[in-house]
Amino acid sequence: MSTNEAYISGVGQSEIGVKLTRHPLLLTLDAVREALQEAGLTLGQIDGVSTYPGRMAAYLGFSPVGADELIDALGIRATWYAGGAEITSQLGAVVAAATAVRAGLARHVICFRTVYEAAALARPEEYPPLRREKVDGGSQWVAPFNALSAANWTAQYAMRHVKRYGLTREQLAQIALTDRANAALNPRALVRQPLTMDEYMSARMISTPLCLYDCDRFTDASTVLIVSAGAAIDEVVCKPIRIAAMAGTVERHSWDQAEWMACYSTGADLWKRTDYKPADVDTVQLYDGFSFQVISWLESLGFCGIGEGGRFIEGGKRIARDGELPLNTFGGQIGAGRLHGFGFAHEAVVQLRGKGGARQIPGDPRVAVATSGGGPLATALLLAKD
Amino acid sequence: MGAPRPQPRLDADNRAFWTGGAVGELRLLRCQDCATFIHPPRPVCRKCLSENVVPEAVAGTGVIDTFTVNHQKWHPALEVPYVIARVAIDGAPGVFLTTNIVGCPVDEVDIGDRVRVRFEQQGEVYFPLFEKIDR
Repeated sequence: MSTNEAYISGVGQSEIGVKLTRHPLLLTLDAVREALQEAGLTLGQIDGVSTYPGRMAAYLGFSPVGADELIDALGIRATWYAGGAEITSQLGAVVAAATAVRAGLARHVICFRTVYEAAALARPEEYPPLRREKVDGGSQWVAPFNALSAANWTAQYAMRHVKRYGLTREQLAQIALTDRANAALNPRALVRQPLTMDEYMSARMISTPLCLYDCDRFTDASTVLIVSAGAAIDEVVCKPIRIAAMAGTVERHSWDQAEWMACYSTGADLWKRTDYKPADVDTVQLYDGFSFQVISWLESLGFCGIGEGGRFIEGGKRIARDGELPLNTFGGQIGAGRLHGFGFAHEAVVQLRGKGGARQIPGDPRVAVATSGGGPLATALLLAKD
Repeated sequence: MGAPRPQPRLDADNRAFWTGGAVGELRLLRCQDCATFIHPPRPVCRKCLSENVVPEAVAGTGVIDTFTVNHQKWHPALEVPYVIARVAIDGAPGVFLTTNIVGCPVDEVDIGDRVRVRFEQQGEVYFPLFEKIDR
């Protein structure tokens, strides 16, 4: 183990559901407990906390727990912490933690993402929905035209692939079909029934070319990753997973001014920072808030050329659990629930440790990529079992 | 006038854009030193950092760069389907506007279609919508 590296030690996850009544701080604690147990650490050894996007007072369902609240509630003595939305998407919180432990600011950092959007929708008196009299900032350039959802913004990039590169609905369907087949083998997944091509093709449209099954849905859950310093890794009992490379970018922050989604520059940057090559990767866990984002991530990371993503996944064999590049083996956000970015890194670690149970990929996976975001913001992590 | 749209909060940066329709003009900020158009509007040129940026009217035509047909009622009052498009603005290289394509059936919109601005007034705001030129 190298002392100047950053590792993921324990990982944990709460139950995943909709309209949960368990307090979001306690969901977070459930995930913390599982991660501590796997790592063989105690709360007394935790000295840092990192989260995305921090507590959002105006929209509590999106982020009901802040890093400072968790520190206070669990009595953590933190020498470093961070939580904010102005970072390169959800896994940017892990990048921040890895940077902090490498700089000696902390030894073991709890990174968490807690979502409570379904519960908040069901209990608006406790968790008021976001309401604004007027729109400003970046939303003023899209909301007045009723481009109200990231589905609308992502769909426009997807439509360009349809028209320019011939992406078909049958190709796009392979994301949802793969996700749902994998989710069926994940005891915690939100949706555990496989999806058929007929069901996909007859689903109602949300925003062309994206149909209902191309979109994740509001979920209540918490996911935790503990980032540990190389200098402290001998305190950890589980197999450490090294963060071999990190990349993150922001494109023009207004979605409509960027020629390409941010994942394209992020993917290129990732490979500049490592000797590993795309051919070394045993599994990919790619952000799929919307299915099309997987296609753009596959292209961005160099698994295929720009515009070739649809043909790359055609038929689904290549990205299946027993294929050459197993994808989103926990079900992705479309199958497992909208864990919002952290689920991908969690699953990469599970697979590299061989702890996937019924969904474990064959062989001895040693290298994985996990990503979050993709639109104006993107983060990619290359994880390796040394 | 169509159904009420989310209203932008007007300020010193964006007022020219959202009110130019009152005189039939699509206005974008332009650097007076290097001629770069700046959108979203900021008080500085993103290319040369000049602070000498002022609103200028552009032709009001453009090309559909990409689009989507929205079918989801994100709130009960929303009338669907409608076209959301990203339009490349003629004469302002690098500037795209998210907008709606109106005045034609939703299935008659395609990438590459030429479009022209058509303002929709709601209060003091003039929303720049676009319609196809060759019908």
